[in-house]
Amino acid sequence: MAADFNWAVGGEAGDGIDSTGKIFAQALSRAGRHVFTSKDFASRIRGGYTAYKVRTSVDKVQSVVDRLDVLIALTPRTIEENLDELHEGSVIIYDGERTTMQDVEIPEEMIGLDVPLKSLAEEAGGAIMRNVVALGAACEVAEFPIENLDSALEKRFKDKGQKLVDNNKEAARAGQSYVADEYDHEFDYDLETTDEDYVLLNGDEAIGMGAIAAGCRFYAGYPITPATDVMTYLTGRIERYGGHVVQAEDELSAINMALGAARGGARAMTATSGPGIDLMTETFGLIATSETPLVICNVMRSGPSTGMPTKQEQGDLNQMLYGGHGEVPRFVLAPTTIDECFWKTVEAFNLAEKYQLPVYLTADLSMAVTEQTFSPETFDMDEVEVDRGNVVDETTIDDHTSESGGFQPHEITDDGISPRAFPGTADGAHMSTGLEHDEQGRRTEDTEMRVAQVDKRNRKVETAREREDWSPREFGDEDADDLVITWGSNEGALAEAVEILDDEGQDVRVLSVPYIFPRPDLSADVEAAETTVVVECNEQGQFADLVEHDVLERVDRVNKYNGVRYKADELAAEIKSTLEAGAEA
Amino acid sequence: MSSDIRFTDFKSDKQPTWCPGCGDFGTMNGMMKALAETGNDPDNTFVVAGIGCSGKIGTYMHSYALHGVHGRALPVGTGVKMARPDIEVMVAGGDGDGYSIGAGHFVHAVRRNVDMTYVVMDNRIYGLTKGQASPTSREDFETSTSPEGPKQPPVNPHALALASGATFIAQSFSSDALRHQEIIQEAIEHDGFGFVNVYSPCVTFNDVDTYDYFRDSLVDLKEADHDPTSREDAKDVILDNEKEHQGVIYKDESSVPYHEQHGVDEDMSVIPDGAPEGATDLVREFY
Repeated sequence: MAADFNWAVGGEAGDGIDSTGKIFAQALSRAGRHVFTSKDFASRIRGGYTAYKVRTSVDKVQSVVDRLDVLIALTPRTIEENLDELHEGSVIIYDGERTTMQDVEIPEEMIGLDVPLKSLAEEAGGAIMRNVVALGAACEVAEFPIENLDSALEKRFKDKGQKLVDNNKEAARAGQSYVADEYDHEFDYDLETTDEDYVLLNGDEAIGMGAIAAGCRFYAGYPITPATDVMTYLTGRIERYGGHVVQAEDELSAINMALGAARGGARAMTATSGPGIDLMTETFGLIATSETPLVICNVMRSGPSTGMPTKQEQGDLNQMLYGGHGEVPRFVLAPTTIDECFWKTVEAFNLAEKYQLPVYLTADLSMAVTEQTFSPETFDMDEVEVDRGNVVDETTIDDHTSESGGFQPHEITDDGISPRAFPGTADGAHMSTGLEHDEQGRRTEDTEMRVAQVDKRNRKVETAREREDWSPREFGDEDADDLVITWGSNEGALAEAVEILDDEGQDVRVLSVPYIFPRPDLSADVEAAETTVVVECNEQGQFADLVEHDVLERVDRVNKYNGVRYKADELAAEIKSTLEAGAEA
Repeated sequence: MSSDIRFTDFKSDKQPTWCPGCGDFGTMNGMMKALAETGNDPDNTFVVAGIGCSGKIGTYMHSYALHGVHGRALPVGTGVKMARPDIEVMVAGGDGDGYSIGAGHFVHAVRRNVDMTYVVMDNRIYGLTKGQASPTSREDFETSTSPEGPKQPPVNPHALALASGATFIAQSFSSDALRHQEIIQEAIEHDGFGFVNVYSPCVTFNDVDTYDYFRDSLVDLKEADHDPTSREDAKDVILDNEKEHQGVIYKDESSVPYHEQHGVDEDMSVIPDGAPEGATDLVREFY
């Protein structure tokens, strides 16, 4: 991989950190460079500190690393928080005129650039642009053509008028010139540009875009970190495609609104995080037993209870697989990359309607709030297919009507899939209920019908196992003795970890699994491997448990639950030591 | 749809298991007659029911319907109506479903003013669980779980509705068939959230709020000096603890329903076989 460059801006919440970071990320993307961003909402000591980090290269980047080359520090704490990532020769840009930064100590082996950000911003038209001055300074350090920054500034400020755009461009140049004039230093960086076109988006946005592409027309939700971006994305966009977003009074309401819309025949969705899933679980059994297609997106964060709301974890797997009383068929899909968030959302809607059941679509915080560059063809809308399953109309409804004349929405069929009639379809009137019911949806406690309906609902899962492709994604060395299995957002870090391991002479084969239920049978793969390691961001190894359950063989586990995602270099070391320990045993 | 719809078309082939004499029979008959009278038919009607004796109504009526979980009928109705503005939506539940577990949803459904009808069968008791205090039970009403009465004032649903910005508030009595039907009909025809609390006596567990009690004490607002378009008049009726009323208590004639406020007027069940036209614009936004 070509050399990467790691940059960050950090300060207090309210310092405009997100917006500043996004502008820089967008400038890099528009210059044809790959970008991978991450956010620190860290509160290791106390609240307030926040940072936006950007890793960039001309090659694909899909992980964060433990290295920071240039840091814009608006507070002394920003430097303290990042000491373990800063290295000899790292550049720290700060404003020595700021009261809190006057006595700041820059570690000896690093280069401190004291730039009067606020004063220069005021000269350009307003103190508020001090972060843009810092961006200009960063361009000079990184030898990154400032015209690319102009383009990002135009995108960000064009709605507020040309004057503001021009002022920002001037502010950026003031920062650039200041560094060029005051610091006679050769920095080692040279951020080359390419002619590639990239789009830059995060996992929540990819899910939202996937929903619109799939024909989702109705979204009801209640704001919760880190799922809120799905709702924010859809608001103002889904309306352009005939849809609507409702902010419900709580998650109980949100899922019931989505259920209502789905019964009305719309493709409907809600998104939340673990605490919201707790509430939605109340209605989950009703959705499943009334055979209503619904997509429920769970963007996981650290739990239990309020846990660490802005931190990474993959701890809700069992909740999604087993939540709710009674035995309830469901699918659980877990995209492993940001672009897959788009495609798996489309797939979730198709699976929900083909098999008439609730589908959990789960992402995790690291993926949801991380932005990554992709070629626009990655999201080729012509490739989107919509399959609504077995929907009847006036002409076909007679084939699914009982002798007494009632439509049969729970008809017992060989594949378990019954017909659906949307309201308004003549002679299709029927009731859906959480009570056990007969083929017409009428309450029953008849023992034979009870068994027939339970079996029918479960038969849909068996049908789906046979008809759909549940394969995992494979990479690494296919002939390697050792196997690494993962799910969710760890794939990016793992892909880079494999390269590091390869350099160190350690071959591994990797299976990244986006289907939790139904899921691929990995028995042959695990049995063929000398050692199998399952990597996930939780303490109990919830996916590892599933693998052991399927394969009837013990696997090794690499788990992380301190709230921070895996980094490629860290993960490579963890896997190596686990494999070595396995070999010794 | 066809104009020869009779109210019996809204009857399912399931016989109600309500106790003989239950107020819910009259409540349901009025709903079916009002639906037929307003030109609806079972195939373009969606009934959402909650849990409790009242929740069984979805089983005994014939229409598209969902019998939901306890307390969440209003959100379901909201979703149906937003997805399908062309469908007549009627939500029905009891006083426990609506004013206890579902009270939070009630306030917000009123605020949203979605164009649907909400019928609450209020018997001031929990019947299906065999006689415990409900949120509308009297303070001194003795039950198995409140031997000396709940010792809390009952919820005043009309006051809750008025305070939340309701555009239609009414009260009917299941036994006054003609007036009950008339009031439900007016709620259906109202442009917005039509809320009707129905006194629907429980003959098995409530020996206080009986047919006789309501017959003797009800004042019909139609015959009283009451202007339903006046919030002041509505307030006086709602806060009058001395009398029981029936009739339209409040009606905002300039009500603008949710779908008009928000431009939600499409049948969302109709979508293309692939991504919607112009979907590529979404990708371009990420440049």
